[in-house]
Formats: sequence, C-alpha cells, structure tokens
Amino acid sequence: MTAATVGTAQPAVTPAAARTAPSRGPGRSDLGIALLFILPALVGFCVFYLYPTIRGIYFSLTRYNILGRPHFIGLGNYTKLFNDALFWNAMKVTLEYVVLNIFFQTILAVAIGVLMQRLTKNTAVRAVILLPFLISNVIAALVWFLMLDFQVGIVNELLANLGLDRITFFGGDATAIPTIAAVNVWRHMGYTALLVFAGLQTIPDYVYEAAAVDGSTEWRSFWRITLPLLRPILALVLVITVTGSFQIFDTVNVTTRGGPGNASRVIQYYIVQKGFAEGQFGYASAISFVLFVILAIVALVQLRLLNAGESDLA
Amino acid sequence: MATTIAPAPTATAARDAAPRGRKPFSPGRALAWAVMIIIILVTLFPFYWMLRTSFSTSKALFLQPGSLGPVDATLGAYKRVLGLSTTAEAQAQGGSGASVDFFLYLRNSTIFAVVATAGQVFFSALAAYAFARLRWPGRDIVFFAFLTALMVPPIFTALPNFILIKNLGLLGTFPGLIAPYFFMTPFAIFFLRQFFLGINREVEEAAKLDGAGHLTMFFRIVLPMSWAPITTLSILTVINMWNEYLWPLLVGTNEQTRVLNVALGVFRSQTPQTGPDWAGLMAAVLIAALPLLIVFLFFAKRIVNSIGFSGSK
Repeated sequence: MTAATVGTAQPAVTPAAARTAPSRGPGRSDLGIALLFILPALVGFCVFYLYPTIRGIYFSLTRYNILGRPHFIGLGNYTKLFNDALFWNAMKVTLEYVVLNIFFQTILAVAIGVLMQRLTKNTAVRAVILLPFLISNVIAALVWFLMLDFQVGIVNELLANLGLDRITFFGGDATAIPTIAAVNVWRHMGYTALLVFAGLQTIPDYVYEAAAVDGSTEWRSFWRITLPLLRPILALVLVITVTGSFQIFDTVNVTTRGGPGNASRVIQYYIVQKGFAEGQFGYASAISFVLFVILAIVALVQLRLLNAGESDLA
Repeated sequence: MATTIAPAPTATAARDAAPRGRKPFSPGRALAWAVMIIIILVTLFPFYWMLRTSFSTSKALFLQPGSLGPVDATLGAYKRVLGLSTTAEAQAQGGSGASVDFFLYLRNSTIFAVVATAGQVFFSALAAYAFARLRWPGRDIVFFAFLTALMVPPIFTALPNFILIKNLGLLGTFPGLIAPYFFMTPFAIFFLRQFFLGINREVEEAAKLDGAGHLTMFFRIVLPMSWAPITTLSILTVINMWNEYLWPLLVGTNEQTRVLNVALGVFRSQTPQTGPDWAGLMAAVLIAALPLLIVFLFFAKRIVNSIGFSGSK
C-alpha cells in the first residue's frame, strides 16, 4: 500500500493528504511497503539470530542432553565451568593462540601494506597477496599439514638438509599452537594487509611530500606519520581480527583435533566437543555464552583504547 | 634506514612527470623489494606444493619427500578422488580405497554457495532499500538491532540453530544447510544500505512523478543502478559460503549434502595403513580450491578493490 492511497482514503485530514503527493513531508510514513521489503530479512533475523540468541542463553541455564529435554538448573553450568580445568586450559590455549596470531599477523600486515603503498599500487601484486584468503581454512590447514609433516614435509626436509633437527610442528606440545597460529597468519596476512593498504590510501600524499621536503626519511615518516594516522583503521582491523581469532576452530579440527593431549584444545573446539560429541548442550551453551561476553568486552575495550573513529587527520 | 627523495625541486618535478610516481633507485627500495618478493614467494609456494604433490604417487612420495617436482608423475590421485578408479587401483597408488566422489561434493558446495548467496543478497537488498529509502517508525531501532547481530559469535547461535533444524527434521538436507544464510546477514544489509543511501533523490522523485511505486522503483531503477556493488557483494558472499565449515560440518551429515570442506576433513581422517594419501589429499584440495581461484581470475580487480572501509564510513 503506497502513501498516496492512504491519503485518499482519509479525505478528512486535508493537510496530511496535501502533504503526501510528490513532495516528502516530515510526517509521511512508508510503513506498509517497508514491511513488505523488510519481511524476509526480518523473519531471517528473528528465526536465526534473535531467537537462537535468547534460546542459547536459556540453554546455558539448563541441563540439556541432546536427546532429551532441557531441565532448568539455574547457574549450575557456570559454577561447573568455573571448576572445569579443561575449560581454563581451553581459555589459556586460545589466548596463547590469539596473542601469537594477532601479534605476527598485524606486524606482517602493516609491513606488507606499507611496502605496497610505497613500492607499487599494482593490482596484480595485491591479487597475489590475497590468494591465500580465497582458499578455506581447511585447505590452508591441510596444505601446511603436509608441508610441516615430520617425515615427508618439505620444511622438515629443508631443516634436515641444513643439518638441523626435524620439528614435530603439529604434533608437539609446545609447537602445536604456534604452528596453528602460523598457518592462519599465512592465510590472513594478505587480507589484513589489504585492509591496512586501504587505510593508508586515506593519508594524503601531500603529508609525505611535506615530510620529505623537511628532510624526513621513509623510516621516520613511517613512525611519525603513517602509524599515528593509521591508528583508527588499525583499531577497526584489530577488532575484526581479534574477535575472529578467538573463534579458531577449522584448522584445529582438521589437523590436531585438540592434541597432543590438550595442547591445542581451543575454546570453540571444546564447545563443539562438549555439545556435539558428548551431547552436553546446556554446558556447551554456557561456554559459548562466556565466549560471547568475552568477545563483546574485547571489542569494546579495543575501540576505547585505540580511540577508533577519531582520526588525527580531521 | 631508507633514504628518501632529495628535497630539491628538480627531483619533485621529475617525479610528477613520471606516469606512476616512479621513484629513483636507492638501496632502501631495493631491500624493500627483496622483502616484498620473499613475501610473495611464501604466499605462492604452498599453491605450487599442492600441484606438485597432487601429480605424484603417494607411495613414491615417502621415498623422495624433498623432490621439488612431482614424484612418479601420474593423474591417479585425481582419478581416485573423483571416484573414477577402482578400489584396487586406488590402493595400489596409496589411496585408502574408501569410496570418495569429489564430483558430488563439488556439486553440493556449488548448490550451497549459490543458493545461499542468491537468497541472502536479494533479501538483504530489499531490506537495505527499506532502511535507506523508506520512512517508517522504528526504522533506526530495527537497523541497530540487525547490526548488533554482528557481535554474536556464530558458534553461539549455531547450537540452538542446530536444535531448530534438527527438530524440523532438516538435518542432512539442503534447506537445513542453507536456511540460516538465506534471508539476510547483517553485513550484507549494512553494505547495500550504504550504497543505496548514496543514490540521488532526484532520480527517485522523477520516477515517482511518473507514477512508479516503490516496488517498480526498486526493481526498475535501484537494482539496475546498483549492479556493481551487488556483484561485488555476491562474489564476496560466494567466497564466504564456499569456505564455510562449522555449520556444514554439523548439518550436512550425509554424502548427499556433504560440502567440499567437510569432505576434505573426512578424507584426511581415512588414512590408509601405508601412510597418508598425500597425493589424493592434495588433488582433492585443488579440486576444492579451483572454482574460487577461477572466479578470482575473472574478478580479481573488483575483489581486491572491494576490500577496505568504504562500507564503514
């Protein structure tokens, strides 16, 4: 139903009817047609986002074997979780992964982004840099699983040829998480570099030219100009990459499966294990709610700390 | 570290004259290029390694793991993972002999990615239009609610959504696999809303004077005008769907709905007694990666340029 028909249906309200025609008055509403446009998305939002969010919180307060019905147990799952050594181990392992992953990924991405900006704006170079992002986490994991294999992996062949010891990359207690982090740095650094590169385009050339005229070196310009002006972009990039990083799952699931021991039993792997392998849906929901809260806090704190949105250029 | 362009006016003038800001040679720039080339090599080498291994014979690989080219070159691995060789043949070449059919998984991934993308982009475009161009009470609140959905980690909604799909009896079916992605994603709506906001009002007013309603306006004017961002969004969505893993792992539980990523994980766990079938695995990996790499070949420029913050300003 269009606004014009509403107007003619209510001839008594003459000023409103007069306003509806071609010009857009402030009080005019397209509610009818808007509902039609938004209906499919609204249904999708309610059924697959809103309802499961509420339901997930409820599940986290129940004992729910996947075959039975949920029984309300209050905060039982949360007290259980507090005393669950494997949960704390999962938190520790995940945090270790996030720190390694984000630290190296961000440094490499900024380096690549700046290199591209100063060396070449060629699209082909950017396309090549983005290639690993086009293959899935699963594929990236499997290729590196081969390349880092203890016996046939080319990396270990190289180490052996150099007279060094072979490394049990995925199979070692101390190396599993750094290896998984490295694989994901490989897959994501190009994408993140392109985000940084896009951010760098917002810094006008004249800033660099002025610095060069004043005798600043590239190195100094990077620290004094690029990095400070990049801060708001970097904040957004970090929010995206850190929250994504906490949800590491694919790589673990096709390579180490949480092992050796619990060395790579990251939080999302633990949730899936509890929920789907052991059928403890209530408990799995409680852990994922904790993850949800952590991610929300991390995002807010990051945006605060890095003052996203306030550019020094403005 | 790197020394820069001399501040002399001649140098600047020369640089302005050069077509693409060509800068004079310096040791710093040479070093920078060297680093860049190393990064590109590290990026590309695993792709070469997939190729090299996929054309090898698995059993021979164990004897010459360091060979830079294919070992005992053969197409056997591809035949094996596409279900074109007999069990005996497969086992002779180091395969597990379990039946695998990557043609089927390729089909499944295609259905999943294409149908989910089509629905998601279309319905998100409709909603984005309502958020960008229509006036209705509660619009901004609903939009904000949609955006907050971005904050919810997928695993959190995956658990209840799994229960829902299970109770509807849709486990192991395409509707169950596709439904959560079919109607909207907050990102798609956000992305398109930004674009629709920028469309000139005068175009709309002119159409309205001609008596066009909002439906006509959307299909006849706004959609055709938005061809570029819709294509970009569709490509990005297909990439995301193709690479999706957790949800298909939970819901695509049978052969008929198993997508490539899930199949790769299964294949990797079917290790033959003689040792992993690396050639088969890499052939499967390439089959899984190839469609997107081909898409990328055609749309590289568009995809590369779409990555940035144009959507968030």
